[in-house]
Amino acid sequence: MTDASSQPLIQTPLHGLHRRHGAKLVPFAGYEMPLQYTGIIAEHLHTRDQASLFDVSHMGQAFIRGEDAAASLEKLVVGDLQGLSAGSVRYTLLTNEEGGIIDDLMVIQGGYYLVLVVNASRKEVDFAHIREHLAPDYDLEIWDDRALLALQGPMAAAIMARLAPASRHMMFMSMENLKIDDIRCGVTRSGYTGEDGYEITVPADDAEELAETLLAEPEVLPAGLGARDTLRLEAGLCLYGNDIDETTTPVEAGLSWTINKRRREDGGFPGDGVILRQLAEGPTRRRVGIWIDGKAVARAGNDITDGSGRPVGVLTSGGFGPSVGGPIGMGYVDVDHAAAETPVNVIVRGKPISAHVTKLPFVAHRYAK
Amino acid sequence: MAKMHFTNEHEWIRVDGDIGTVGITDYAQEQLGDVVFVELPEVGAQLEQGGEAGVVESVKAASEVYAPVTGEVVEVNEDLADAPDKVNGAAQTDGWFFKIKLSDPTQLDPMMDAAAYAKYVESLQ
Repeated sequence: MTDASSQPLIQTPLHGLHRRHGAKLVPFAGYEMPLQYTGIIAEHLHTRDQASLFDVSHMGQAFIRGEDAAASLEKLVVGDLQGLSAGSVRYTLLTNEEGGIIDDLMVIQGGYYLVLVVNASRKEVDFAHIREHLAPDYDLEIWDDRALLALQGPMAAAIMARLAPASRHMMFMSMENLKIDDIRCGVTRSGYTGEDGYEITVPADDAEELAETLLAEPEVLPAGLGARDTLRLEAGLCLYGNDIDETTTPVEAGLSWTINKRRREDGGFPGDGVILRQLAEGPTRRRVGIWIDGKAVARAGNDITDGSGRPVGVLTSGGFGPSVGGPIGMGYVDVDHAAAETPVNVIVRGKPISAHVTKLPFVAHRYAK
Repeated sequence: MAKMHFTNEHEWIRVDGDIGTVGITDYAQEQLGDVVFVELPEVGAQLEQGGEAGVVESVKAASEVYAPVTGEVVEVNEDLADAPDKVNGAAQTDGWFFKIKLSDPTQLDPMMDAAAYAKYVESLQ
């Protein structure tokens, strides 16, 4: 995680809290972010066992006012936004004319407004793109004075019920405006760990108080970007820039589920020609999970070959999975090698390591039903 | 206990007779974070001072381990295969990587002692 730019790193509203809690801070997407507090493995396992608090304030948050904003924004994404009822959240993809993915994002339908949550590394690109193409009646208002916190883990629901009883009836991928400790929060039941959990937007000035309130709950410990990455890898979730980018399509990435029946029939999104053809005919490569035999850790960028050494793909994420207890990865392989259990090799430091293709996720999702 | 010598690359070597025990320093394991895999040289391998001797993988990244001296590998720490976290828990004792038969003990002379290494680490922070 290096940062080539000479710009000073941006600190989130929780920077002081990170320091107090002993975080190891690293540059990430232009921000100074906590990599870990006690250790990545301990934080990962605690998240799967109880609950962890993540600072994800580096992500881009924006607001579009207007009841029909969904119809305008929908022209830029593959997902069904018009069918999204007030108080619902959707994971969707901004695409380009070639069918590549500009970003993956969350869209929250607030009733008379939309909230967008995008990747830190993509917010400038996304927001410029949306502003350029959004109907002139709508204005994209960037929320750069807000923090975003994620409370993730099987105990998250019990903790939220204690602090904000109105959260009890929230379903997965729903949104409520709630008060926690008299702080007005926008809460979604969502996350990036494969566990149940919540993502909470608050004004920057309230962020530290809210974070300390959550950390004061007995089950909650802070967790950093290191654990966030190992958790999402085990959950089979894409990291933008690694597993998806402007050269990968939703179909290749295994994200066809984000395109509903109406949008498959009608198209009307950038790259619809390429994407609908791939849906009908199948892509030439697919994102798959890779189980690595042995203990050597494969990393993003490692080549994937067949038994005879012929290249069949490349790993786009790779690392040690603390809950599975070994090295795992995700990558793209040609469709002839994409079936589960297909044996392959991953080239680690010049040496072939035996591995096989597997279905994702590595660790079953435990979202609220 | 024999004196420890330290390299700029954060390896340590403790020499007893003509056999040196090699590992990475406590500072190095702290920087790496949770160690999940260590690739060790083969017994019998001839290593050159400064050449690659192995790889230590943490959750976040792989780092090369360099031979602090020239010589032949005479033993490797088999315990690390099942317990790589020993590198985190006991980097400068039970978490040793390999033993090497020194070809040229004078290679130790310019290396840092514990006090000099502590100062060096301080200068990096």
